[in-house]
Amino acid sequence: MAITRDNVLHVAKLARLELTELEVDRMQRDLNGILDYVNQLSELDTTSVAATTQVAVVSAPFRGDVPRPSLPNELALSQAPRTSSDGFAVPAFVDE
Amino acid sequence: MSDVLDLSITDLAAQVQSGALTARQVTEAALARIERSRDLNALLYVAKDAALAAADAVDAKRAQGAPLGKLAGVPIAVKDALCTTDAPTTCASKILTRVGEGNSGGTDPEHGFRPPYDATVVERLRAADAILVGKANMDEFAMGSSGENSAFGPAHNPWDHARTAGGSSSGSAVAVAAGLALGSLGSDTGGSIRQPAALCGVVGVKPSYGRVSRYGLVAFASSLDQVGPFARDVKSAARLLEVISGRDPLDSTSADLPVGDYEAACSRDVRGLRIGIPEEYFGEGLDPAIAESVRSAIAGLEAAGCTVKPVSLPHTKYGIATYYIVATAEASSNLARFDGVRFGLRIESAKSDLTSLYGKTRNAGFGAEVKRRILLGTYVLSAGYYDAYYKKAQRVRTLIKRDFDQAFEAVDAIAVPTSPTPAFRLGEKVDNPLAMYLADVFTLPASLAGIAALSVPCAPTPATATQPSLPVGLQLLGPAFAEERLFSLAAELERRMGGGLRPPLA
Repeated sequence: MAITRDNVLHVAKLARLELTELEVDRMQRDLNGILDYVNQLSELDTTSVAATTQVAVVSAPFRGDVPRPSLPNELALSQAPRTSSDGFAVPAFVDE
Repeated sequence: MSDVLDLSITDLAAQVQSGALTARQVTEAALARIERSRDLNALLYVAKDAALAAADAVDAKRAQGAPLGKLAGVPIAVKDALCTTDAPTTCASKILTRVGEGNSGGTDPEHGFRPPYDATVVERLRAADAILVGKANMDEFAMGSSGENSAFGPAHNPWDHARTAGGSSSGSAVAVAAGLALGSLGSDTGGSIRQPAALCGVVGVKPSYGRVSRYGLVAFASSLDQVGPFARDVKSAARLLEVISGRDPLDSTSADLPVGDYEAACSRDVRGLRIGIPEEYFGEGLDPAIAESVRSAIAGLEAAGCTVKPVSLPHTKYGIATYYIVATAEASSNLARFDGVRFGLRIESAKSDLTSLYGKTRNAGFGAEVKRRILLGTYVLSAGYYDAYYKKAQRVRTLIKRDFDQAFEAVDAIAVPTSPTPAFRLGEKVDNPLAMYLADVFTLPASLAGIAALSVPCAPTPATATQPSLPVGLQLLGPAFAEERLFSLAAELERRMGGGLRPPLA
C-alpha cells in the first residue's frame, strides 16, 4: 500500500504541518521507502501475541492526594511568544 | 592546569573534597578547554557565569566545613534535551528558539527556551556538587544517529573532524572524549547514548527503563526514553549513574527499586558469569575490523573466567522496523505540544487563524527528519493503518522482548558490537534516511525490551589508507535492573584494554 500524494497531505494536515510543495514530494518518496522496509513485519504471524505498550514498569503508584504549589502564572507565561491579559494569546478561532 | 581534566571523576571529586584542588580551578580549566575546542561544536551553550558561581559555592561550602557531594567540582555537560533553569534548552531545534530580543528567529541557541524548572537528573547533579558547564549539541529532538540533524550544525568527532560523532547525544559524547567535561548526560531512545559513545571511544550507559527519572527530559518516545551517563572510564560512569538513579515521584514510570552499588560493582570478580553471543549480531553488514575487536574482547572475558556460549535472538532483524513505528507514533503525539502558543517559535500574520498559526510555526520550526518522523508516526496511528502498523509493531515488540527473556534464562549478560561500523563521514548518510536508521541495528532491540545496556571501548580499528584508527564499542546487555553486573564486566574489559585511549586534545 504505497503512500499517495493525498495521503501525505492528509497526514500533514492531521499533524499540523504546512509543508511546501517540494516537501510534499520529498516526504512522499521518503515515507514510501521507509514503509517498504517496515512492511517486512508482515512476515511474522502475531495473531496470538499480545501487544507490548510498556516495559519494565514495576509499579506506578498514585501519589498522595495532597495539594502542592503549581507554576506561578508569571513564570508559566514568561516563555510565551505572545500573551494577553494574563494568558497565552491565540488568534480568534470562533466564527462570528 | 589543564591536566586536572585528565583525572577520572572519582579522583577529581576526591581531590576537591580534600582541598587539593578547588572547584574554581577545575571549572576554569574546563572553560578554557571548551574555548579552545569551539571547532568541535560539542556545546550549544557554555554556562560560563553559572558554572563559576556554582564552583565558588562548592568551595565556600568546603570552607565552612560542610561535607561535599560525590561529584564535588566535577565539570559535567548535559544534553540540550534536559531542562535547566540557568541555561537555555533548545533540543537543537529552531522551534525552541525564541524570536525577539535581538534575535531574528531561530538560529541562535543562546536565545533558546528557558525552562521554569530543572530536570530531576540535573537537580541530582547539582545536589552532588557537580558543575554544569554547558548544554550539549544533539540531533534535533534526539532524532538521528550522526548529530547532523542539529539545527545548529553537527558536532565533530574528535578522532577525525570529518567524521560524525554518532547520535543523537553527539555533543555529550564529544564533550567527554575531548575532555571538555569529565562526564555528561545524554538520553537514549534507540541507541542515542551507546552509539555515539562507541564512535567517540568513551563509556556510555543506557539504564534499564525506569532506572532514571525522565522528569524534565523533553519527551521523544516515552516508552523508550532513558537518561544515562557518559564518562571516559567505567567507574566514573558508575558513579554518575548512582547519583542520577532512583525513584522520582514526578515520573510515575521511575522504578521504586533500590539503586545498586555500581561503583563497588566495578571491582567485583566476573569469574563464573555466563556471557551469551548471539550470531544475529555478527552477520552481514558488520565491519570485519569491529567483529575482530569485539571477538578479541570477548576472549578476554573468557580468560577472566567467564563462560562464553551462543544464544539466539531470532527477531533481531525486525528491531529497526518495529522501532521506527513505535518511536515515531509516540513522537508524533509528544511533539504536538510545540504549537507556537506557550513557548518557542511563533509564525503568524495579521490574518492568521489558529490552524495556520500551528501549521506555519511547526513547518518553519521543525527540521526535515523531525517532520518525516511526525508524518510517519501520524500515518501509522491514523484510521485504517493503526492495526497494520502500530498494533503490529507492538506485537513484534513483545517477540523481541521475549527473545531476551529466554536468552537471560541461560546467560547472565550478552556481548555484541555497539555499532556495525566505526564513525562514518559527515554527509555520508544525510540524504538517505533509511541508511541512517540502519546505523542503530544493534542498539534498538535493547531499547524495545527496556533492558540494561552499556557501551565500553575495545581495541580501535587499525589505521588504513582511507581511514585513521577509530574507536570501537562493545555493547553489554543485561536483564532489566542488572546494571551492577554490566559494570563488573565493563570494568574487567577496561582493565584488560589497559589505559583509555584519547584523541588529540586542544
